[in-house]
Amino acid sequence: MSPDLRTRLSNVELENPVMTAAGCAGSGRELAQYFDIARIGAVTTKSVMLEPRAGRPAPRVAETPSGMLSATGLQGPGVDVLLQRDLPWLISRGGRAVVSVAGGSAGEYGELARRISDAPGVDVIEINLSCPNPAGQGRHFADDPEEAARVVSAVRSHTRSDVPVFAKLAPDVPDLVGLATACVEARGDGLSMVNSVRGMTIDPRTLRPAVAGGMGGLSGPAIRPIAVGCVYEVHAALPHVPIIGMGGVRTGADVLEFLAAGASAVAVGTINFADPSACVRILRELEETLDDRGVTRIADLIGTAHRPMGAALGNTSATL
Amino acid sequence: MNEQGPVQIRCPVLTVRRVDAYYAITVVAPGIAERFRAGQFVSVAVGGEQSSTLLRRPFAIHDVKPDYGGTVEFLFSVRGQGTAWLSERRSRDLLDIVGPLGRPFPLPRDPVNCVLAGGGSGAAPLFPLALSLRRRGCRVDFVLGAASADRVFSAITARRVAETATFTTDDGSFGVHGAVTDALGRVIEDARSDVVYSCGPMPMLREVTAVASAHGIPVQVAVEETMACGTGLCMTCVIPVVGEDGITRMVRTCMDGPVFRGERVRFDDVGTIPFDALGAPGWKAHHDSDVTDREAG
Repeated sequence: MSPDLRTRLSNVELENPVMTAAGCAGSGRELAQYFDIARIGAVTTKSVMLEPRAGRPAPRVAETPSGMLSATGLQGPGVDVLLQRDLPWLISRGGRAVVSVAGGSAGEYGELARRISDAPGVDVIEINLSCPNPAGQGRHFADDPEEAARVVSAVRSHTRSDVPVFAKLAPDVPDLVGLATACVEARGDGLSMVNSVRGMTIDPRTLRPAVAGGMGGLSGPAIRPIAVGCVYEVHAALPHVPIIGMGGVRTGADVLEFLAAGASAVAVGTINFADPSACVRILRELEETLDDRGVTRIADLIGTAHRPMGAALGNTSATL
Repeated sequence: MNEQGPVQIRCPVLTVRRVDAYYAITVVAPGIAERFRAGQFVSVAVGGEQSSTLLRRPFAIHDVKPDYGGTVEFLFSVRGQGTAWLSERRSRDLLDIVGPLGRPFPLPRDPVNCVLAGGGSGAAPLFPLALSLRRRGCRVDFVLGAASADRVFSAITARRVAETATFTTDDGSFGVHGAVTDALGRVIEDARSDVVYSCGPMPMLREVTAVASAHGIPVQVAVEETMACGTGLCMTCVIPVVGEDGITRMVRTCMDGPVFRGERVRFDDVGTIPFDALGAPGWKAHHDSDVTDREAG
């Protein structure tokens, strides 16, 4: 008997916990050339802004050990194109949509939410709090609980009540639990963790930063332990808040790790670049590993790492 | 999932060999071979499944043959640990390959005179193009340049396939002393060329475009940009290109290219976001354009 992979993000049920991460799957159209996107839990669309945005100059990417440093600057066609072209396409293919939004001010986020939550087929709105904002203050919203709460509140009050709002947090902040708590208190329904980690790599030939923006976002397996730690910590403090875990997921075993740390669903990011069929491979690997362990329901796994030894799974001794 | 689009396959290596200063790998990949059109490329995973080297390497397809069920050959130089790993592959090893990717060179409907101008290993995609053009009855003339004699790629094949083949080297060790563009104008005139096809480094493509424009003929260029995915997802390989509507967009060279009309590429602005590009900080002035014009790619 194949395991029950269904999972919940607040009031939304997904067929399985494997999703794509924002900015790593376009709007699903590119990946649909390699597999049926209706097979995965959901597609998170690339962070959308109100207006088209050209992003940062090239070079935008550098390879790092087990990772990637990137600075694309949220290039995108703007919300009109998402609503008129990308989202209807995704829905027509049977895909589930988590729509990631990014703005320069709480008002902008609110306006985006208002326009998006009325569109058919939006399952979740995810707030990208790490938007490079116009004031030039870098990740203003992600670093300050008050600012983050203001944005979450703006999005929540402009979003239909049946569409859950998830706040996406960056890992490199002084008080992650405080930030997460502020987002939940501002009526956020869930949390996405984690965004890329700030970093830099210097080209050994030119001795200059390898990406044009100088600082970039580090992603890929290199950051997985950071991400798992963040999910674990926040789940311990806010056990009833659903979490989408992400950061360096490469295999089915990595998904298991995030679920055990407390995530209800797990998003695949950078590995989509390296392996366009990664999502379905990871889903297959997850099913196999659950079968091997005799786990019948995903729901039984969530937060397993927080339970006392021996209480983890029914037949742990037989499988470990 | 599709008839025409790219596929991801684990391909057995047939041969790895040295070609002049380069390596060439031939893999058995019937699915890619039958979809391939000249100008398209493959992206190859390097280092094995758990490698710390995550990003695929893009390579232009140099040759496609029907034997062994459909083989594909691509060319590379050892530049870093990824290409070093590739150079150590042996026959029967498996490579994870995605392809064919990108837009191919558009082919003329009627038999016309075509000049193919390439630099270094960037000349590779011009060889399958030459065969396609010849099959359509086009006249083909080659101009191939490189730093030195050993880096002029496949001079013998060029001579065999083309009406004329002109070679240039920076150090004068082979052919004409100088750059591809030093010889190109003369070839265009002698061959009464109708169109230029080119592939190579960006500064060369800029010069080739200038020469073609000076002769009043169109030019198709295949650009080589740094890519993380090759599949259109990561948005890292963008360059500024002017659309038919006159609006500059930051377009993905992997998916919207790698082949562009030379005069549409803003060569002088590559590596920047031009102030008037769609979605650039100074762009708002043009906001009245409709939605279909506003797509970034």
